[in-house]
Amino acid sequence: MPLFPEQASTLAPRVDALLFFLLGVSTFFTLLIAGCIVVFAIRYRRRPGNEMAEQVEGSDRLEIAWSVIPLLLCLVMYAWGAQLYFAAATPPPEALEVYSVGKQWMWKFQHLSGPREINELHVPVGLPVKVLMTSQDVIHSLFVPAFRVKQDVLPGRYTQLWFQATRPGTYHLFCAEYCGTLHSGMIGQVVAMEPADFQRWLAGGTGATPAVAGEKLFTDLGCITCHRGDAQARCPELAGLFGRTVSLTTGRTLTADEGYIRESILDPGAKIVAGYQNIMPTYQGLVSEEGVLELIAYIKSLQTTEAKGPS
Amino acid sequence: MTTAAALVAEEPRLHYLNESYGVRSWLLTTDHKRVGLLYLISLTGAFFVGGFFAVMLRVELLTPAGDLLQAETYNKFFTMHGVIMVFFFLVPSIPAVLGNFVLPLMIGARDVAFPRLNLLSWYLYVLGASFTTYAVVSGGVDTGWTFYTPYSTMSSTTQVMPTAIGIFIVGFSSILTGLNFVVTIHRMRAPGLTWFRLPLFVWSLYATSLIQILATPVLAITVMLLGLERLLHVGIFDPALGGDPVLFQHLFWFYSHPAVYIMILPGMGVISELVTCFARKRIFGYHYVAFSSIAIAVFGFLVWGHHLFVAGQSVYAAMVFSLLSYLVAIPSAVKVFNWTATLHKGTLEFRTPLLYALGFIGLFTIGGLTGLFLASLGMDVHVTDTYFVIAHFHYIMVGGMVMGYLGGVHYWWPKISGRMYPEGWGRLAALIIFIGFNLTFFPQFILGYLGMPRRYHAYPDEFQVLNVMSTAGASILGVGYLLPMIYLLWSLRYGEPAGNNPWDATGLEWQTPSPPPRDNFEVTPVVTGEPYAYPGREPAHG
Ligand code: HEM
Ligand SMILES: [Cu+2]
Repeated sequence: MPLFPEQASTLAPRVDALLFFLLGVSTFFTLLIAGCIVVFAIRYRRRPGNEMAEQVEGSDRLEIAWSVIPLLLCLVMYAWGAQLYFAAATPPPEALEVYSVGKQWMWKFQHLSGPREINELHVPVGLPVKVLMTSQDVIHSLFVPAFRVKQDVLPGRYTQLWFQATRPGTYHLFCAEYCGTLHSGMIGQVVAMEPADFQRWLAGGTGATPAVAGEKLFTDLGCITCHRGDAQARCPELAGLFGRTVSLTTGRTLTADEGYIRESILDPGAKIVAGYQNIMPTYQGLVSEEGVLELIAYIKSLQTTEAKGPS
Repeated sequence: MTTAAALVAEEPRLHYLNESYGVRSWLLTTDHKRVGLLYLISLTGAFFVGGFFAVMLRVELLTPAGDLLQAETYNKFFTMHGVIMVFFFLVPSIPAVLGNFVLPLMIGARDVAFPRLNLLSWYLYVLGASFTTYAVVSGGVDTGWTFYTPYSTMSSTTQVMPTAIGIFIVGFSSILTGLNFVVTIHRMRAPGLTWFRLPLFVWSLYATSLIQILATPVLAITVMLLGLERLLHVGIFDPALGGDPVLFQHLFWFYSHPAVYIMILPGMGVISELVTCFARKRIFGYHYVAFSSIAIAVFGFLVWGHHLFVAGQSVYAAMVFSLLSYLVAIPSAVKVFNWTATLHKGTLEFRTPLLYALGFIGLFTIGGLTGLFLASLGMDVHVTDTYFVIAHFHYIMVGGMVMGYLGGVHYWWPKISGRMYPEGWGRLAALIIFIGFNLTFFPQFILGYLGMPRRYHAYPDEFQVLNVMSTAGASILGVGYLLPMIYLLWSLRYGEPAGNNPWDATGLEWQTPSPPPRDNFEVTPVVTGEPYAYPGREPAHG
């Protein structure tokens, strides 16, 4: 019977170190309080010679001491926890990307370099992996205890988490946000492999990469009729779009990320790029969440090959 | 009522139980003491129904496979367990039962400020409970007590609306009780009873009432929005309709976080009464204990975002909510230290209520300290939505509040019924509850850190041993809860007559006969000194 979870990511030992600090402080205070209660219970029990209490007023100095000392300890817990959270929220730029769509009741994963998987996620050891996630229906939450990571997966939005596995092995993957009847069946496993094995596994996979699938969608859905990428186009240039700063008609600017691209496909009127008309039709209902992710992968792939100046 | 009839046979003196008879005299009563008893009976019913669901959940979790209940049934059972325990037991528990009964007595008043409103609040409770009962018998509901959208609005096919309406209605019962108590405390104190002469239970009820009045309307609004989306498909929370599901969580926890303090502050107030009485000692640091209740009530409004650390709120919002969560821990710690210091140099008599109070202090300490784990961002990511959270809030709400409730029920039972409960049985039950509780919930901290998610009907094999321990503990705990129910009923007929003040306590409620007359006091008491003015010996040193 395990009493402690496996430590299989770079984050895990750091979270566990914080755990031991918290356990140390809590054990100290629990024993302090319990110890005082037991000692007082024995020493001051009512018995001949102790029929009356000794009345004391209270003590401002004690009150200050037992407010300020816990407060200082709390600030340490706060800063330590915030630092880990920050680290867990910022994936390294070189991280491998995996797309994930959660739905009642399964996890779909799509490696940027090709394979798709269901309820199983293969990752290399020693390299950061970023999972970009969305849900097709209700809220789910991707949880890998051995990596100490968890992030809710929301419909209509992208969220992400990242980890770097440290030990080859097979680890639980749970849905942690209640999502209906088979919530407890929405589980799977993360298989962490040595990089060489992972490459071999990737090569054995079949199917087009999402960028290739995205290119096909781009044609099939007719995106290409407007977004042709020539000078007379009625629409903004997509090559090099990802990560670029975009100015909107409202005067605001933003950095084009996955969420922005998704919104531009499903709700094009929400943010209009400066200098263009609101003429793009919505693709809401015409393209699945996986399809949107493939389109995003395609647009991202235009990055390096055909990057041009801003439109 | 047979119990009242039994009492009158031996006690000719006229009091609130025998001054009138018949169902009508109870259902139309405006006496705060009778309203308190109506609540006591209804809440006991709710507690055992909620408890039944809990037992079924624990039995299912004996084995890793989902074998006893179907997944759907399991989901309905944990939802109904949560809904009943939170909205129909814990939120009203101490305020509506003990508060109703003793608050006017404690401040030397004849009744609460609005006696009819008080009765109305009980009817609203019953009406809300009827809707929820209807939801339960007509198929049940499976959203979890948190009703997260869009599952609750678009996906669940169960009885969401009747349950939500039940909660909406019972919220008004809670608001009315809060309103009544605030006005009562402001306007009805006996001559000489200044704010700093108030018993600390009154301070804690005051703080609780503020939360009830200010936070509960937000719950009502949230439930209404949920209904609008579910019934009329107005897009508020569901992204498919243009809504935002996280908005629901913000609204829900804006009520429900303050509400967790509704579910603990009154318990803290009871503990201050019990510790002082059975140590025969004034409270250590009266002002600090009193103001910490207010501080908890105020800070409690600013920390709801700590339920959303992995829900997709911004990193900076999370950092602010984490910091504020730590601030709310300090006044809780201050109380624990002051209670412990109160025991120092007291003369402790280990009657049942004191055992519950000591149990409360120990379990609340563990519950509060594990709250510090959850408030720490990097740690919460791993343990949120696991059994760690389940253990944390059961330590506070069951280990704390239910202990406080039972301690209070035993303490004021002689006043309520005019009879003593059997002391030996009382101590035994308190001990069984303490042991059963720890065996049930301590293993869940470990399960949570191991990664077992909450709301799981089936789980991986390696979690089984700890789950078996937890289920074993739950059966002990169940016995512990049944005992008081039996011997308290028994004591109504066979208990020793209590007399006015069996504990030699200082509160005004002990200066009137037990059970008290209809109007509480023959002559309005006049207060001339501080509360908890127990006789004392000279300090051993200067
Ligand atoms: C004092 C009485 C307290 C009560 C009644 C209480 C109750 C609860 C409840 C009901 C939850 C459940 C959340 C869920 O349904 O998932 C919870 C979670 C939480 N509590 Fe407490 N708590 C208390 C004290 C504290 C303290 C002192 C802290 C921190 C300093 C704290 C921090 C938290 C946090 C951060 C969570 C969120 C856990 C999560 O879902 O990630 N609590 N608490
Ligand atoms: Cu899920």
